Amino acid sequence: MFKDLFQRCFKKSIWVYHTNTGACNGCDIEVINVLTPYYDVERFGVKLVGSPRYADALLVSGPVTRQIVPALKNLYDSVPDPKLVIAIGSCAAGGGIWYDAYNVIGGVDKVLPVDFYIPGCPPRPEAIIHGVAVALGLIEKKVAPITLKDEGFEKWMKS
Amino acid sequence: MDEIVKGIFYVAVFPGLLFCGSVGLLLCWVDRKVTARIQSRIGPPWYQCFIDIVKLMGKTMIIPRGSRRAGFLLAPLVGLAGMTLVSTIVWRVNIRPGASFIGDSIVVLYLLILPSLALILGGSSSKSPFGALGTSREMKMMLAYELPFIIAISTVIIKTETILLGEIVGFQSLHGVLIGHPSGGIAFIVCLVCMQAKLGYIPFDIPEAETEIIGGVLAEYSGVSLAIFKITNAMMLFILPLFLMTLFLGKIHFNVKGILVALVEFLVILLLILLVKTTHPRLRIDQAVKFFWWIVTPAAVAGMILALVGI
Repeated sequence: MFKDLFQRCFKKSIWVYHTNTGACNGCDIEVINVLTPYYDVERFGVKLVGSPRYADALLVSGPVTRQIVPALKNLYDSVPDPKLVIAIGSCAAGGGIWYDAYNVIGGVDKVLPVDFYIPGCPPRPEAIIHGVAVALGLIEKKVAPITLKDEGFEKWMKS
Repeated sequence: MDEIVKGIFYVAVFPGLLFCGSVGLLLCWVDRKVTARIQSRIGPPWYQCFIDIVKLMGKTMIIPRGSRRAGFLLAPLVGLAGMTLVSTIVWRVNIRPGASFIGDSIVVLYLLILPSLALILGGSSSKSPFGALGTSREMKMMLAYELPFIIAISTVIIKTETILLGEIVGFQSLHGVLIGHPSGGIAFIVCLVCMQAKLGYIPFDIPEAETEIIGGVLAEYSGVSLAIFKITNAMMLFILPLFLMTLFLGKIHFNVKGILVALVEFLVILLLILLVKTTHPRLRIDQAVKFFWWIVTPAAVAGMILALVGI
């Protein structure tokens, strides 16, 4: 019974910890923008916290560079369960334009199990709030995930 | 046997943990809502703080590698126990002044230090540099604000010539509320400032400074222990203004008019604290200590001299 109550409370009280894994600061500024009085996410119980120990969700922005990997794993371990990882921006979602750079591992999902992706370069504050709202089940999802592969794309071109 | 059951009921349910904790969490929401309104936001719904506590209870608790286990786990309970006892004593005095025992004002003074001591214990046993920094700052803050706070309360004791809370309350129904006397007024203002520091609110939130040392003493806490710290803080937000009301504004009369008056007094004190909190920046630790030692303490001493003269 407590588990059920907890599940319902968890959705309405997400404390987020924001981390940058090598982003250009574009996404960071948009994330900070979400927390300003204009957008006021405290309405939904979302709060920015300073210590990963308090966090329920990690907001990760930026392509994962080689240097940040151990620190990112450490950060993930220091967040108490249950936890969400939300990748914000095109770079965090799949490496962005840096996907094949020599010093970039790729998207966040190469290192951590990512729960939600919010693409955009940078995603607008509204997009971030929308993404979090979809994640929490406040509104319905409008698009379905599709996977594109190189050879699949060629096949589609021929036919 | 009957006495024991009654005692447990007092501590755990009515004036103690359950009642005080729930009202405190509600006041926590008032705090967040007022802050939000001042920053022209909408703010969280009224049940937000309860949800936060339930969520924290359900999360795993991480004990940092290399920390002092016993101290780390014991610290939140020490603070909670202290606040629960204070709440029981203060409410019992308000409901039945005859229930006060000899020296209970001194006991309350001691018990009010317990939450700060718990923070020091927890912060220093967490083996985190932020915890250590926060602990040292908390100690300095205690050195700064405890002295004027104790002087202000001794002013009340000198004025009323008793250390029983029940008789302090009784004195005020005979001679008018203490805040009306010059010495009592000064002591009340001193207590208000010290309360701001005791609650750890801006401008005196130096030990916890979220944007500076990421929560300071609480930086390593998670899950249930963090929830207990939050509840302790919420209870303090309820009990400290109530304690000041008992000392300076007299007894709460349990009829419609009396309860309304008490509610208004309480909300005015709370709003004062919150307005100072939302409109001020954080002080540096040296500025805060200077403020308490060179401005607040002399004011408290002046109040005490007035009380000794008999004004």
